[in-house]
Amino acid sequence: MRKFDTKVQYLKYKVLREVARRAWDGLTPEEVLEIPKVIVPGKTPTMRCCVYKERAILGERVKLAMGGNRANPNIIEVIDIACDECPAAGYEVTGSCRGCLANRCEDVCKRKAISFDHQHVAHIDKSKCVECGQCAKVCPFGAIVNRKRPCQLACKIKAIDISPDGAAAINDEKCIQCGACVYQCPFGAIQDKSFIMDVISMLVGSQGNTAYKVYAIVAPAFSSQFSHAKVGQAITGMKQLGFHTVIEAALGADLVAMTESQELVEKVAEKGAMTSSCCPAFVRYIRTAFPELADFVSHNLSPMAALAKYIKSTDPTSKVVFIGPCTAKKAERQLDTVKDYVDAVMTFEELQALFDSRDIEISDLPEDVLDNASYFGRIFARVGGLSEAVAQALKEQGIDFEARPVVCSGIEECRMALLKLSKNPKILGGNFIEGMACLGGCINGAGCLTHGDKNAAAVDRYGREAVEKTISDAVSMLQ
Amino acid sequence: MRISVCIGSSCHIKGSRQVVTGLKKLIEDNGLADRVDLGGAFCMGQCQKGVCVMVDDVVHSVTPETVEAFFNDHVKGKA
Repeated sequence: MRKFDTKVQYLKYKVLREVARRAWDGLTPEEVLEIPKVIVPGKTPTMRCCVYKERAILGERVKLAMGGNRANPNIIEVIDIACDECPAAGYEVTGSCRGCLANRCEDVCKRKAISFDHQHVAHIDKSKCVECGQCAKVCPFGAIVNRKRPCQLACKIKAIDISPDGAAAINDEKCIQCGACVYQCPFGAIQDKSFIMDVISMLVGSQGNTAYKVYAIVAPAFSSQFSHAKVGQAITGMKQLGFHTVIEAALGADLVAMTESQELVEKVAEKGAMTSSCCPAFVRYIRTAFPELADFVSHNLSPMAALAKYIKSTDPTSKVVFIGPCTAKKAERQLDTVKDYVDAVMTFEELQALFDSRDIEISDLPEDVLDNASYFGRIFARVGGLSEAVAQALKEQGIDFEARPVVCSGIEECRMALLKLSKNPKILGGNFIEGMACLGGCINGAGCLTHGDKNAAAVDRYGREAVEKTISDAVSMLQ
Repeated sequence: MRISVCIGSSCHIKGSRQVVTGLKKLIEDNGLADRVDLGGAFCMGQCQKGVCVMVDDVVHSVTPETVEAFFNDHVKGKA
């Protein structure tokens, strides 16, 4: 069964797995240096010009797997020697232009950037072109292409520049660490830092959960991830890795739905609208691109942090590891408001690497159970779920208030809603912005193993299997 | 007296919410609210015994049906 969407993901996974395999017994410098050669043996290159370049890049991947440059707080880093310096010219006319008579490209171009040479072949004047792409859409021969870099295309907030040497360069001030570029770069030249070494040392140091206990919180997108095995088998696998127990982040989402709905009523009375706070990339986007809107952001901790805080209150010496689809959660963990509750964050990709580092084949394991949250907490994983949960929480608490959600799937929709909010909350068309930086929500996070169309349905199906049918019942356990 | 009810997945499925609700009510009805500290814990490592309820470091096996008996035997008169 295929576990990864792309070969880039698979390569990254192999590095993580090899690092993890050695880290359980304490990684020596010699072992670190041998990893690239373990992954690329022999003399025949399979990815780059020669095995030496392949190994040099793998050396950089090993560094990132071990935490990367800790002096740089950005979770996302460019591996400059892996960057293929793709053409970055924007829209260009290719040799497929046949010099036709219709000239639709010229008609559609509002900037008058298209002219024709004596052979009637189209040319784009770069000084006029604004890259709207209309010409490419109308050309019947598909002769106009966008030679924009995949990383820059993926980064809708325009936080990727090109450095003087031609490699991609992340603007760390602007970057919201959503990981879109990580997933989209076809050369795997942008990668998120991994903290699996921290997780392994926590698990080893717990001495079988006797010195302290290590709790895993899993994000609800989990249910769509292990298509080759059942959720319950993955839970057994996680306990074999050494986690004391596994708890659904969706229970934190239930908690958040309760408090968020209460705050919504207050905030709307005071300011006219509120935005959600559970997507860390969305929150960071507001703080960096719309700092004047910071007061509109809900004060709630994210579901991850809210649940971790509760766990620490029941077991103060515990260590809490969040496992999810998200690279931005790794950045959220560094915030002053969160760092005391969450000890490490890793992705589903990294969890798979940990399983395989211990040769744990989860599809062969017996099923354990995972059931802490309500349907509503579980559907936070897909876009629209948070808004449904807030409406339900209002109903369950008997609060007579109409939440009018503006559901934003992907950071571009978030931007549009925030622009409206910055002009005037009245033109927003609602009173609650649900902001999800990834298209479709967390189920399409950069740290997912699979990014399939069926994932939203898988999350809903899993939601319906929850023992608790209401948010109030789910959170009543925590009081 | 400190009572912890396991609210991990396995015990949850076996009815720990009903056990929590039952205990809360019994504690209140018997006027023990200020002497009993009722809390939750995620997994006591004895899932087969669930619902696990810990009283002063001893784990008891309770079900929604046996809450009252458990309360009478281990809480009432001892808190």
